[in-house]
Amino acid sequence: MSTPTVTDGPPLVELHGVTRHVQLPNGSTLEILRGIDLSVAPGEHVAVVGRSGTGKSTLLNILGLLDSPTHGDYLLEGTPIGRLGSRARARRRGDDFGFVFQQFNLLAGRTAVENVAAPLLYARGRKFWQRKRLATQMLERVGLGERLDTMPEKLSGGEQQRVAIARALVRGPRVILADEPTGALDVDTGRAVMDLLDTAAAETGAALVTITHDLAIAARADRQFRLADGVLVPIHLDAPGPVIEAAAAVGATVPAAPALGAGA
Amino acid sequence: MSGLVGAVVEAWDELRIHKVRVLLALVGVAVAVTAITGITAAVSMLGQAMQESSDRDQGRPTTLTVYGWNSTGELDPLAFDQAVDELAERYKISYHSVQANQQLPVRSGASDTYVQLTVVDPSYSVITRLVTDGGRWFTDRDAEALGPTLVVNQPFLDQLTDGRPVDAHPQVTLGGDTAVQATVIGTVPVRWEQEGPMAYMLFDQAARWLPDLVRDQQYKIWVPTELDEDLQAVLRRDLTAMLPGMHAEVQLPWDSGFGLDSATRWVVLGVSGFALLLGGLGLLNIALVTVRYRIREIGIRRSFGATGSRVFFGVLMESVVATFVAGLVGVVLAVAIVKNIPVERVFGTALQDTPPFPFTAALVGMACATGVGALAGLVPAIYAVRVKVIDAIRY
Ligand SMILES: Nc1ncnc2c1ncn2[C@@H]1O[C@H](COP(=O)(O)OP(=O)(O)O)[C@@H](O)[C@H]1O
Ligand SMILES: [Mg+2]
Repeated sequence: MSTPTVTDGPPLVELHGVTRHVQLPNGSTLEILRGIDLSVAPGEHVAVVGRSGTGKSTLLNILGLLDSPTHGDYLLEGTPIGRLGSRARARRRGDDFGFVFQQFNLLAGRTAVENVAAPLLYARGRKFWQRKRLATQMLERVGLGERLDTMPEKLSGGEQQRVAIARALVRGPRVILADEPTGALDVDTGRAVMDLLDTAAAETGAALVTITHDLAIAARADRQFRLADGVLVPIHLDAPGPVIEAAAAVGATVPAAPALGAGA
Repeated sequence: MSGLVGAVVEAWDELRIHKVRVLLALVGVAVAVTAITGITAAVSMLGQAMQESSDRDQGRPTTLTVYGWNSTGELDPLAFDQAVDELAERYKISYHSVQANQQLPVRSGASDTYVQLTVVDPSYSVITRLVTDGGRWFTDRDAEALGPTLVVNQPFLDQLTDGRPVDAHPQVTLGGDTAVQATVIGTVPVRWEQEGPMAYMLFDQAARWLPDLVRDQQYKIWVPTELDEDLQAVLRRDLTAMLPGMHAEVQLPWDSGFGLDSATRWVVLGVSGFALLLGGLGLLNIALVTVRYRIREIGIRRSFGATGSRVFFGVLMESVVATFVAGLVGVVLAVAIVKNIPVERVFGTALQDTPPFPFTAALVGMACATGVGALAGLVPAIYAVRVKVIDAIRY
């Protein structure tokens, strides 16, 4: 349904053989990601499905520079991220990524417009000084122009997620990373929120990586992957996703062939 | 620029949200700052009062006192005066004055009343910061006046001129062998309760009209502080050389070491320091609690691109902004309190130039407040930077 805006040229983000291991308290090593290859082009919409605990959030955190791979390379517009210091990573995170979380993660005690303005506190120049105005415009774009000064607690789940989407978009990111954005919403609200996310991403030309349990939502993406056993496997879902096929996809029908050159 | 402003904006927002708890700790800080600032100001104002008092007695820093005596016989007061004038000119000393304390007989009814008389030069008022509160002080021209003139205190007017005010130029008859009419031209403030009648008269007039009173003089010589010891030696040498048979002694002022009991001062400052510490600890506690409960928020802000230093600085600034405001409140309170202290009653003497609220005291107060804020903010700030982002936003 969304028009692919894939452009030529170098990919925006590229993962090569990325792994993520964590040391457990009992001394053993948990291999969450075992070898991820993924590339996302500017404006592209990618969906990742997978069971709970398979490492989807870990992958998304690595993409968003919140976490670092244990091994492997991450290129952001050709720049190896591993070489950047924490300060430079923070700057690129703020400049290039917008996050949408399952639990909305709005800042408590701040109004909708203050929440949307919050990322602009870390921007420079015009974006910083005009943060209030930009935040207001963005809230109007997500249809919350009337709720500017409302506290998050007073908003419905769908409205809160729209505030979160406005907040993710307000700095004009190159990539929007959405971690189960509809996971806490009922189906209809989730669809509406997803429509908004799709449209906003398409309008701003931002790439969108969505993690979801909902195959119908995954089916809207240009490309879909399933994360299982620490590797990404491309899958194909037809939009709108038939429930039966979707259920199967989350299950075990997709061949567990590892090391498919994902995104290649 | 936007980084700094951003951190302050963020900190202010944070305080707005936790206002009640923060407010309580800040009241403590503000009270402590009031105490510290108030004490510092009072000490400094009292110091000024003491200094003024010392200036009145000994002259401003640095005033040399010159005594002379003659081992063989009477020292000629006029020759002594001449010699000092010459030396003052030679060493380009702008202000010097004779000072001789005598008893002045003033006719009062049928008998004479003895009044404390200080024989001076016009510069005496500059050297001792003496300011008239009615009429005027002497000028050089008064030396040629047709009759003696006096500057007196209020008890003098009350007892010897039937309370006629100085503006009416009351006249009194100076007693002694040769009665002479003197005109009162000015008054100086009384310094003590129960102060008796006092008068000042110019040396040149006294020499003309009341030569008996011109003796036992000393000189106050106001010199640059950095030259005081050099001039002390030079004046002693020159005076002894100029006046045959004369011994001159030139003294540096004694250290008035002004009297506020420094132990009291330290006790009061210690107590307020303790109060400040308690306020700071309260703030630290609140900051630690809120920072824990804000781990998630810190993680979210990291996702907006907040750098580690920004997170550190932001959390630190919360405490600093808060205590800075508390400090301002404390300083304003201290100013209000100190300005309303009845200075005369507390210090025992009115201040000549009522000193403005000492700026340094305000600075000390603000520095204490900000310092306590920085200390209280340091621990939570370190804690905040250590927060692992992915743990913070995980659910
Ligand atoms: N820092 C960590 N320490 C220990 N275990 C972790 C850590 N991060 C993730 N895990 C574990 O790794 C697995 C994948 O986590 P996550 O990426 O959140 O999965 P998903 O988002 O797919 O549900 C989970 O079992 C989780 O408990
Ligand atoms: Mg997850």
